[in-house]
Amino acid sequence: MHEMSIAMAVVGQVEEAARAGGARAVTSVRLRVGELAGVVPDALAFCFELACAGTVLDGASLVTESVTARARCGSCPGTWAVGMPPELCCPGCGRATDVELLSGRELEILSVRWEDGPAGARTREPIPEEA
Amino acid sequence: MCRVVDLRQAVLAKNDVAAQVLRAELTARGTTVVNLLSSPGSGKTALLERELLLARERGVAVAALTADLATENDAVRLARSGVPVKQVLTDGLCHLEAGMLGRHLDGWLPEDTRLLFVENVGNLVCPATYDLGESLRVVLASVTEGEDKPLKYPTAFGLAQLVVVTKTDIARAVEFDEDAFRAHVQQVNPGVEVVLTSARAGEGLGVLLDRALAAGAGAATHTPVMARQQQSHGHGHGHDHGHDHVHGPDHDHGPDHDHVHGPDHDHDHDHPHVQPAAQSR
Ligand SMILES: [Zn+2]
Repeated sequence: MHEMSIAMAVVGQVEEAARAGGARAVTSVRLRVGELAGVVPDALAFCFELACAGTVLDGASLVTESVTARARCGSCPGTWAVGMPPELCCPGCGRATDVELLSGRELEILSVRWEDGPAGARTREPIPEEA
Repeated sequence: MCRVVDLRQAVLAKNDVAAQVLRAELTARGTTVVNLLSSPGSGKTALLERELLLARERGVAVAALTADLATENDAVRLARSGVPVKQVLTDGLCHLEAGMLGRHLDGWLPEDTRLLFVENVGNLVCPATYDLGESLRVVLASVTEGEDKPLKYPTAFGLAQLVVVTKTDIARAVEFDEDAFRAHVQQVNPGVEVVLTSARAGEGLGVLLDRALAAGAGAATHTPVMARQQQSHGHGHGHDHGHDHVHGPDHDHGPDHDHVHGPDHDHDHDHPHVQPAAQSR
């Protein structure tokens, strides 16, 4: 089950960023997972919890954003959801020479929510929200 | 103070970088890596044994590294071919990673090796996600595994640059439907070559070796549709892929909304966003 390796990679990368950013505790991690990324979200969630134990991510929640796999054919108009199992030949012309996968293979850490620790605490003026 | 920090990092960024470094190093010294993926019992070892023997007869310097969860039978078998063979026990890890492979090659792989066959851990799920720095990725399936195997393992078959069917000598006995198998392969990986082989009857022997040598000689390899997605992620400044910054109410949009980048982000941004297919897994 490579979800454990993936969970550990996520935790490792977040730990590094948290250390650099002076975080005290990471409360949630937002992940983007494509339909064709080859990852089972439930298995990943299970492994994530284990991988977080004893780290600055202990108890952090995992928010998974799934991404539908879509493709486009250079010779035909429009795009299509390739589905699972994927249909990667163009439904319009039946060919695949010009087919491009637009989305679906994402496996990316989008953002992390954390609490600043003493080391990362900075004083700043309250600034109105930016546009 | 709670805040949301954009990371925008590909989860497998470290493996991908390690794979690219390994591929560059090996290519520079004239070694081509072939990554072989299959289920257990696919007949991969039997076929590989024949291909290694053939390479030896032709005077091609080959080597094989075989990864297993726990046993060493494959290595013993492959070693009969007389070429350098190394067994890697993954201790339960279901796949090889580029960094591991690199460490195992250090001090073992003979300098003059032209082809290195890597027999990945026997499953079609986990190894599919990890680029090992190979120049040719091959998926094998025996005729006994069923015609719908490509649909059950679309990532493995979808990213293959060559599909090898094994044990064709018993195809009739197990009522293997070749047309259906080919159609399923084409659905998830249009245009990929499918080769029929039988280590026992000799069908298709040498094709794997030929394709590997061709890839090593710089011949164009198949680019699967699934490997054609533009890899715009992992380059944190690009807000160009539909991330519209809708955050929860607790998201602080003030100056604390940092863009923290990992170690693989501090180099130049002229780094190609669209990577060659073989490297974009
Ligand atoms: Zn079309």
